[in-house]
Amino acid sequence: MYAQMVTTEAAQDDPEKLAAFQARIDAGEKIEPKDWMPAAYRKTLIRQIGQHAHSEIVGQLPEGNWITRAPTLERKAILLAKVQDEAGHGLYLYCAAETLGVSRDEMTEMLLDGRMKYSSIFNYPTLNWSDIGAVGWLVDGAAIINQVPLQRTSFGPYARAMVRVCKEESFHARQGFDAIRKMAEGTPAQKKMAQDSVNRLWFPALMMFGPSDKDSVHSEQSMAWKIKMNTNDELRQKFVDQTVPQIEFLGLDLPDPGTKWNEERGHYDYTDPDWSEFFDVIKGNGPCNVDRLAARNKAWEDGAWVRDGLMAHAKKKAAAKVAAE
Amino acid sequence: MNNEWPLWEVFIRGQHGMSHRHVGSLHAPDAEMAIKNARDVYTRRNEGLSIWVVEANHIAASSPSDKGPLYEPSESKVYRHPTFFDIPDEVGAM
Repeated sequence: MYAQMVTTEAAQDDPEKLAAFQARIDAGEKIEPKDWMPAAYRKTLIRQIGQHAHSEIVGQLPEGNWITRAPTLERKAILLAKVQDEAGHGLYLYCAAETLGVSRDEMTEMLLDGRMKYSSIFNYPTLNWSDIGAVGWLVDGAAIINQVPLQRTSFGPYARAMVRVCKEESFHARQGFDAIRKMAEGTPAQKKMAQDSVNRLWFPALMMFGPSDKDSVHSEQSMAWKIKMNTNDELRQKFVDQTVPQIEFLGLDLPDPGTKWNEERGHYDYTDPDWSEFFDVIKGNGPCNVDRLAARNKAWEDGAWVRDGLMAHAKKKAAAKVAAE
Repeated sequence: MNNEWPLWEVFIRGQHGMSHRHVGSLHAPDAEMAIKNARDVYTRRNEGLSIWVVEANHIAASSPSDKGPLYEPSESKVYRHPTFFDIPDEVGAM
């Protein structure tokens, strides 16, 4: 998902305390920042929420790329609002992570020097306007499927951030669907572009949910701690089941010829994405990894004088106020 | 990094006369910028009509370990709730 392949730390605390902590989680209580928590719970959450936050921020890049080239003023205003929401989502999540004792700047630096990851999906390019529609519809659609259950996650600040995010996220998916629908119902050339976008983004969207359950070794502890609510394959299946009829509604061909309704399972069968591509993108070798990190580093460095200047101004004003009193 | 902007907690009063309610936090160099940022982050969809911000390190909070002494005493005082008293139906609304 937005947080893929988060390594869960092994719990190494006092067994009695661990059992009491687990009992609270099993009883559905929320864990709050000042409560006792296993060091591994804290560390895993910082990693997971941080990765989620970074994904929101880096996710602005492929879409921001098209703001100045949106086909109408209305589409431009909508995309601008959507990208602004993503900055907000990143901020809610960073704040949730900060309650665990990591600073915003530390997290930013870990993203910038590659110690922390963001979702593999944002390492794919948005080549044309049709891709913007497909990203909103498929990528934000996949995000919703992951984030809705996270509203019930055990860590209070994370759950609350997810409630806010989910409220805004369905606007994102709908505006994307609306944009690609316009293309799919347009001229033959526009329809061809829509088809091409779906073909290119389908498997990267499936990868967002992370590796197959049989290769996902860290899930168990995270599920017990309720910081992961469903397995990767459960969520991926839900996405496929929800999206296939939407592709058909648009009158587009299914991007995966292996897609078939399975009466017995009550789900669509589908072809797994190429996992070697996924691991390669995670390692940094996707089409846009270098560009994305370079853009974030440049923004951070170019903004340094603004951050420092505003802080210096605030300190000067505060000192003048003290002197006047 | 020692030059990080301080953290502010944001409280918003909604449209229907309710109290200000904690909605989240953000970083800002001073109160004025904190209010401007809060407006951008937390009121983009008509969520509020008034914003309070307070620097997070000025908030004093009770500790989780005080849960017992602080809140247990009220558990044994059921008579503080109106439903404790048995009022006959004939008496009417009360």
